Amino acid sequence: MKRVYVNEKWCLGCHLCEYNCAFANSGETDMAGALKDVKIHPRIRVEGDNHISFAVSCRHCDDPICVKSCIAGALSVRNGVVHRDRDKCVGCYTCILVCPYGAVMPAPDGKAIQKCELCTDNAFGEPACVKGCPNGAIVFEER
Amino acid sequence: MGINYNVPEYEVVRDPQRCIACRVCERQCANEVHSYDPKTGKMKSDESKCVNCHRCVALCPTHALKIVKNNDTYRINAQWSNEAIGEIYRQAETGGMLLSSMGNPKPYPIYWDKMLLNASQVTNPSIDPLREPMETKTFLGKKPDHIERDSEGHIRTDNLPPQLKLEVPILFSAMSYGAISYNAHECLARAARALGTYYNTGEGGLHEDFYKYGPNTIVQVASGRFGVHKGYLEAGAAIEIKIGQGAKPGIGGHLPGAKIVGDISRTRMIPEGSDAISPAPHHDIYSIEDLRQLVYSLKEATEYKKPVIVKIAAVHNVAAIASGIARSGADIIAIDGFRSGTGAAPTRIRDNVGIPIELALAAVDSRLRQEKIRNNVSLIAGGSIRNSADVVKAIALGADAVYIGTAALLALGCHLCRTCQTGKCNWGIATQRPDLVKRLNPDIGTKRLINLVSAWKHEIMEMMGGMGINSIEALRGNRLMLRGVGLNDRELKILGIKHAGE
Amino acid sequence: MQYEGQVRIPSGCAISGMFLRDGRKVNGEPIIRSIATMHDRSNGLGGGFAAYGIYPKQKDLYAFHVFYNSERAKDECERMIRANFDISIAERIPTRRIPQITDEPLIWRYFGLPFRKLLEDRRLDEREFVARFVMKVNTEVRGAYVFSSGKNMGVFKAVGFPEDVGRFYRLDEYEGYGWTAHGRYPTNTPGWWGGAHPFALLDYSVVHNGEISSYDTNRRFIGMYGYSCTLLTDTEVITYILDYLHRRNRLSLKETADVIAAPFWSEIAAMPEDRRRYYTYLRNVFPSLLITGPFSILVGFSGGMMALNDRLKLRSMVVGEKGSAVYVASEECAIRAVEPELDRLWSPRGGEPVIVTLNKGVRA
Repeated sequence: MKRVYVNEKWCLGCHLCEYNCAFANSGETDMAGALKDVKIHPRIRVEGDNHISFAVSCRHCDDPICVKSCIAGALSVRNGVVHRDRDKCVGCYTCILVCPYGAVMPAPDGKAIQKCELCTDNAFGEPACVKGCPNGAIVFEER
Repeated sequence: MGINYNVPEYEVVRDPQRCIACRVCERQCANEVHSYDPKTGKMKSDESKCVNCHRCVALCPTHALKIVKNNDTYRINAQWSNEAIGEIYRQAETGGMLLSSMGNPKPYPIYWDKMLLNASQVTNPSIDPLREPMETKTFLGKKPDHIERDSEGHIRTDNLPPQLKLEVPILFSAMSYGAISYNAHECLARAARALGTYYNTGEGGLHEDFYKYGPNTIVQVASGRFGVHKGYLEAGAAIEIKIGQGAKPGIGGHLPGAKIVGDISRTRMIPEGSDAISPAPHHDIYSIEDLRQLVYSLKEATEYKKPVIVKIAAVHNVAAIASGIARSGADIIAIDGFRSGTGAAPTRIRDNVGIPIELALAAVDSRLRQEKIRNNVSLIAGGSIRNSADVVKAIALGADAVYIGTAALLALGCHLCRTCQTGKCNWGIATQRPDLVKRLNPDIGTKRLINLVSAWKHEIMEMMGGMGINSIEALRGNRLMLRGVGLNDRELKILGIKHAGE
Repeated sequence: MQYEGQVRIPSGCAISGMFLRDGRKVNGEPIIRSIATMHDRSNGLGGGFAAYGIYPKQKDLYAFHVFYNSERAKDECERMIRANFDISIAERIPTRRIPQITDEPLIWRYFGLPFRKLLEDRRLDEREFVARFVMKVNTEVRGAYVFSSGKNMGVFKAVGFPEDVGRFYRLDEYEGYGWTAHGRYPTNTPGWWGGAHPFALLDYSVVHNGEISSYDTNRRFIGMYGYSCTLLTDTEVITYILDYLHRRNRLSLKETADVIAAPFWSEIAAMPEDRRRYYTYLRNVFPSLLITGPFSILVGFSGGMMALNDRLKLRSMVVGEKGSAVYVASEECAIRAVEPELDRLWSPRGGEPVIVTLNKGVRA
């Protein structure tokens, strides 16, 4: 299955992926309109400093511990993608606690969690972080 | 320091409606032009540091940025332009030579744009490269002056002097590791291999990681002899003796000690932190007969298996100099025009020394033919080749192939901000700062170089086909395929072409 | 208006040739009939013939055919000829006055051999001496033009339709074992007889239909070796290339054809190792003698004839055989006009030379 992978050798720490993610999941068609004067809540986060950095997002594990830990049945695997059901999620944050990558985070309203679903849950259709990465550090491929 | 007389050359224009304060510009600017003001939540800029490299513009996700020429002006004066005045202020302040990078930006005539190509109509057919073979392969090197036969009367094919085989008549010109980054070198090496052509180490030696690209590498021997040893000479497909380069004819190179770190120091075989200053002349070449000795020393060292290129800057007497080189045992002459690029050169030299490659090339090709020694050498022309039409015109004037440097760097992302000498290249090309070097991902850079040369190759094939020529060999020196526009008689005579309408 | 030599004039053409391998000789009537069949491929601005075996009595002497624009040119040229050659015959070339052919220059021929002493002094091979002499006259003597310089062969050409040119030169009175003919369709008025074809140097004669796109590459390369192109025509440069490769570099005709109409690299790549090496070598060594663009040529030489098309075969050319006779022409009709019943008729592939020579033991 194709997943998002990050090569820290080429990550510049420019944080563009975060903004592209936020825009892709904003439901808006204009980036400036969507993100101007807005605190963003991207599902991918760049970690590190000026010298070593890398973007972290959901790994879509083969045997995802978050799915096992979900008390509400809101997380499931669909075609390999770990999917969150907004309606079922009760916002208990158990998945946030168990994710070894720190790739699950609270949604902006705090009432549910959010995570990367490879842009299958928005209008973008393909991972926006990958498309917008200026240095090919984030790739979407079969490994 | 007292008053700063200089005003910023460029102005950063930020569209407040579009800027989302993502701070990408701030993170990407090695010149520290952009900053974030936490009090207002807005981005600010310090234009005095901007070199107009366009990194911020290219990466701004909302297209909120543009860089425009600052229209602040001194009192208008045709004799004393803003630039001329600004340079005086800078020198009055620093007491130093002005330094610049890349090629001569002054509005001298561009002869490529004053020559037009031919096409077939009625009397002979044009050839469609999509349907018929269209050959761009060429060989560089000395050709034998007679045919030999074996005892059975067959033509002997084992007596050829060493040749370089090019699938497309375009090579990447010399740019040293040190002047440009490891990643930039990797891009050039990988692209050269994929394209069936060559890149050139410049005078910085060959990084040990790149020996594997040796069959597509031209190793340079310059006046500083940096990084030259037997293994280096043997690693390349050809050896280039750099006498001069078009951007700074008559002077040597200078790579500041700050750039001589780690691998660069090792590859150049000089101590870390020491300035790499190559002498203006080769101190073992004070005359043409000395050149012959160096040519043959290098041939001896490599058992006559590799062609030797002699690279010279296009200067006034270039035809006579080339004629001397053609008799020196060299296999290939590379001529570098006055517009060619550099990592750093004194501005006055870059902008005022040398002659246009078009005239130099035409003069050299004609002279070598007059002296019946054109077959002794192949000619590579470089220094301002901007597109495939320039390549076709250069070959029609008489070049066997062309060197591209600036065009290759542009493909890698260079925006010709002409401040390579600062070492803060935001595109990861002309820098050794690891955080900047990593901005050039060789996978992407290699692909872009391959794309560029492949695109040019297609265009060359189309233009050749239009002329009814299906082999690049039949274009070489085919000056009837060129016509001048707006050139005077003397220029036409030197170029050896007719005026349009003739 | 600029004339031939001052400007490059492209032209379309008709070519025809016949060769009798058994050495039989025929007069010029059949070749005239053949080329006349392709009347529409010419426009009356140039026609000509080359004939081999026509001077059996003077077969060991060089036969120079010369056009003169003036008596002055003739005097000057004859001084040069007599200073270099032992001339046994000097005469007007017989012509027939016909209304179709006008403005003729003085047309003379000379039979002779270079003085031995001169050859020894200059340490030159006889043919090299003659070639240089012809080049010298044609570039240095204004108003004189040597248009034929081989042994036991001759070129006859003029401004006009080829069939008229043939009658003008009384070709029915010559007998040869090999004939080539040319009808020209230039896109400009040459107005000069020297610009008509065949073009010849020594015993090489070339008739050509096409317009080569490699012209200036070829011209500037061959120019390095003492060949100065004064007519700016394809045929001239092709003749010099043949002379350079075949005579000076001693390549065989097949090898010569392999240089000027070399196979494509893609074809070479598919060949067995030794062939691949051979073609790669030739293309590497003689890249500037590759001829591109359309051409179909007929090369006449002592004892043989070669037909060759460009490698894409951008000009028509067919070959016919009947017994020991071989016919080559731009169009089949031109062959059928002479020999309606052929044993074999085929269209050679681009770049594939057809070389015919006199049968073993036959003396020209």
